[in-house]
Amino acid sequence: MTHGFRTAYAIARKDLRTELRTKESLNAAASFAVVILVLFSFAFPLERDEFYAISGGLLWLVYSFAGALIVNRGFARELPNDCLDVLIASRAPGWAIFLGKAVAAFLLLLIVEFICLPVFGLFYNIRWTDSFGSLVLVIVLATWGITVVGTAFSAVTVNVRVRELMLPVLLYPMIIPLLIGAMEATTVLLSGEAMAGDNLYSLQLLVVFDVIYTALALYLIDYVLVV
Amino acid sequence: MREKATYLLGALGALVMISNLHTIFVGLPDDALQGMIFRIIFIHVPADLVADLFFTIALVTSVLFLARKNFIYDSITVACIEVATMLILVNLVTGSIWGRNQWGVWWTWDLRLTTQLMKFVLYMSYLVVRPAIAEPTQKATMSAIIAIFAYADVPLVWMAIRLPNVRTNHPSPVMGNGKMAAVYNAPFGMGMLALLLIGSALVLLRLHQETSQREIDSLRRELHAA
Repeated sequence: MTHGFRTAYAIARKDLRTELRTKESLNAAASFAVVILVLFSFAFPLERDEFYAISGGLLWLVYSFAGALIVNRGFARELPNDCLDVLIASRAPGWAIFLGKAVAAFLLLLIVEFICLPVFGLFYNIRWTDSFGSLVLVIVLATWGITVVGTAFSAVTVNVRVRELMLPVLLYPMIIPLLIGAMEATTVLLSGEAMAGDNLYSLQLLVVFDVIYTALALYLIDYVLVV
Repeated sequence: MREKATYLLGALGALVMISNLHTIFVGLPDDALQGMIFRIIFIHVPADLVADLFFTIALVTSVLFLARKNFIYDSITVACIEVATMLILVNLVTGSIWGRNQWGVWWTWDLRLTTQLMKFVLYMSYLVVRPAIAEPTQKATMSAIIAIFAYADVPLVWMAIRLPNVRTNHPSPVMGNGKMAAVYNAPFGMGMLALLLIGSALVLLRLHQETSQREIDSLRRELHAA
């Protein structure tokens, strides 16, 4: 068990270091996200008050687009020089490889999200600092859901010919309930409502989604990797 | 022999369906509130129930494939999912026609409609991704995993769209809440039986195609290896 966690830590560190040196998916995801944010202002020419009602939806559409770009690299990064085969053949347990990659993708996506958040607030004149603490909780929970499902499917599609096409086809339908919950919770928070009563329901949904899919992915990843 | 049994099953289903359609259109009185359009219920609801049954079978066979690595389970899974997804489409289309007549709109983001659409989208992604994986063992394993993930998602979507602020203004009047008149029970049961028979025949047919395909593939590989 400790060996597994140490391996996961090593893999996460390796992935992060490679990514922060090359910035190949980080740059792509961040610039893509900002472009989408700009386009939204033309897609929805609304007054400031009306924007609050759709703020959560906009933000999570941008985040999920960026997320697909980031998780796509997860296992694909190991394809050159047959690194993936070596990883699988090594003593590292499958779940540790998966966990390491998921944590790395999670942190990378968080970086992109926290770059986008001020840009979003600036473009659309939305105050996001008031409920920052709760917002961070929602972002962390939903981002973990996106990356855990995304990394699992990045392992599923790593050997598929048209990988870049297939990952979004699988990922987006699967994370719909998560995105509904995240959009709902974010809109509530940005509109200045308290995260209490009925509003807590969306948070519960995020937690349930995270728990179920983390468990499923950790359990099934051995079947995915060792075929 | 097996093929004959499959066709027999399908023919039987078609017969039940035709006789039931006759009962529905000729024998039954119009509904007091909905008029004649209510008859869609005898196709609409059985299509969903039979589809859910096949999705559940597909879940069980997916787990069995991962546990036992026997390709027959993979063939059953894909056969079930393909037929069930088609049945969900039947359910969505008939429901949409009913909605246009009763609500005045083809589609609304009602609880049931949304989950049903999500079910369709999730299993469509299974059917889209599957052919893209070339290696047989890999294809079967990945398909099984996608099928398990998809099945786990359906209750979550159900939960997600019940959030307090999500648009749910429309009632969900599909299927009278146990208040259906007794005269409609028999045609409803027959509708179930008809779609169950036709669905099973289609699943068996697809299963047959899958196993033949696998045999052809393995023969071809042997030929290339020789």
